Amino acid sequence: MNAILQTRDLWKAFGGLIVTKNVNLSLAPGARHALIGPNGAGKTTLINQLTGVLRPSSGSVWLDGEEITRIPANERVCRGLSRTFQINTLFPQLTPLEAVTNAICVRERTRLNILKRRFFRVSRRSAVIDEAYALLEQLNLAQDCLVETHTLAYGKQRLLEMALALATKPKVLLLDEPAAGVPEGESDELFEVLNTLPKEISILLIEHDMNLVFNFADRITVLVNGEELVTGTPSEIVEDPRVREVYLGKGH
Amino acid sequence: MSDNLAKASRHVSFLRGRERWKSAEIAFWLTLVGVYFVFPSSLVFASQILITGLFALSLDMILGYAGIVTLGHAAFFGIGAYTAGLMAAHGWHDPFLGLLVAGVTAGIAGYLCSFLLSKGGDLTRLMITLGIGLLLYEVVNSATKYTGGVDGLQGVEIGKLFGVFGFDLYGKTAYIYVLIISFLLFVFTRSMMNSPYGLALRSIRENQTRALAIGIPISACLTNIYSIAAVIAGIAGALLTQTTQFVGIDVLSFQRSADLLLILIIGGTATMYGGFVGAVVFLLAQNWLSNLNPQYWQFFLGILLIVMTLYLRGGILGGFSRLVNLFRHWRNKEHS
Repeated sequence: MNAILQTRDLWKAFGGLIVTKNVNLSLAPGARHALIGPNGAGKTTLINQLTGVLRPSSGSVWLDGEEITRIPANERVCRGLSRTFQINTLFPQLTPLEAVTNAICVRERTRLNILKRRFFRVSRRSAVIDEAYALLEQLNLAQDCLVETHTLAYGKQRLLEMALALATKPKVLLLDEPAAGVPEGESDELFEVLNTLPKEISILLIEHDMNLVFNFADRITVLVNGEELVTGTPSEIVEDPRVREVYLGKGH
Repeated sequence: MSDNLAKASRHVSFLRGRERWKSAEIAFWLTLVGVYFVFPSSLVFASQILITGLFALSLDMILGYAGIVTLGHAAFFGIGAYTAGLMAAHGWHDPFLGLLVAGVTAGIAGYLCSFLLSKGGDLTRLMITLGIGLLLYEVVNSATKYTGGVDGLQGVEIGKLFGVFGFDLYGKTAYIYVLIISFLLFVFTRSMMNSPYGLALRSIRENQTRALAIGIPISACLTNIYSIAAVIAGIAGALLTQTTQFVGIDVLSFQRSADLLLILIIGGTATMYGGFVGAVVFLLAQNWLSNLNPQYWQFFLGILLIVMTLYLRGGILGGFSRLVNLFRHWRNKEHS
């Protein structure tokens, strides 16, 4: 198997409550993989185990052929596993330019010696700042990159979520409901950005918006009660009677 | 290079402008030099203000920039003060050696304490730092044989600077000495806070979850800055010892930690100068109000604090920068 991201027999229990039950997820390089399921299916818990916020009870997580089950969250980011958040998780009093510059500086920190990292001004890293600006421009944030983040419109903040995750140059990007809370009229900008993400980045998308899921994903996993119900192509998922049952209830 | 500067795009120059030394900053330090000539009779008091400002700067590094709340920062100030005092009382009279050893000792203490703080929320941190402060106070209090207990440490004798400049009764040498050390440490802190490392620290303060998600090793960063802040607090403590040639146990008191928090918040957090401005205002107000009414001066301080927290967010410097912005806005309108 040459999966870029993989879980093997992943279990997670909080006391007697099993929230992840024997999940074997596998992302091929360049995948556009969606993870769907009703509320409380354990999607976010699964993401938290992938990123290292939660430690699984048993089983393992693999990134690009290496086991990362016991590697701390920040180290996983350095190895190329990045995420966005369902609820905006940003730096309110930093400008987007500073925030993205920060993320790139963190990524590049091994290239700078300690003196430069500690005592040289941020503005001397003009290559980094230019890269940050280019990324913000790509996400339609160039106009707003010099004001404090908390003053940005909600939709812009959603885009910044994405920019921060992309700034780490991920191999695998976990998108936790990128369209959450964005009004229908404003979500086009976001969809467009999603569609133009480079193919080298493998994406795992968690989303409630079925429109977005079926437009975007080439594979879909349905999670129910912490368990993988089915994985398949969008058309297989649509036709699967068990999926219909979960989403629409029995009798349909 | 100049070619590069000319071509620098708007976003780079935006960051550059923030990091540049402003004229107000230069004026601030020149004023401190001017104090030496204008108030030759108040230099002892001026030195104390500067030392308190430096101490508040060390708190600003962890509270203002990294977002770690603490009620026990006097612990490191006290460790520095006693280290320098004990050295001077036992034959090591050189002031610079005293500063160095005091800084290192406080830094080691800070490093060890930081592990208790790297996890846990604000309340946990408040309680732990408070605990460490109280604990240390009692240890020093009970080790009367070495520290003099409540009577303070006697017999502190400080040698001449470079073997030439002795500390005089009017505090002239002391003021210059404190000013130079404070300025050097300020430049050190300033460049650190404007570096990629400082940016990472601010992002930890702003949002730990996200900071972790872009790959910042949070615990390591906090341990690190806590130790550095302890070094600076220790040096500030040592400066107090050396310029007063005495160590009172109040260097470790809870009151000192609490006052320091007031000073920084009055002055403005995460501004670099908040600590110094707060120290000037606080100590002058303390001096003035306690002359008016020696018993109840804290009554007015209480009022000041409540009014400031309610109506002047960001402290004096925060309010000042809002005024400047308002003025700029108004002037731009006039022009257009």
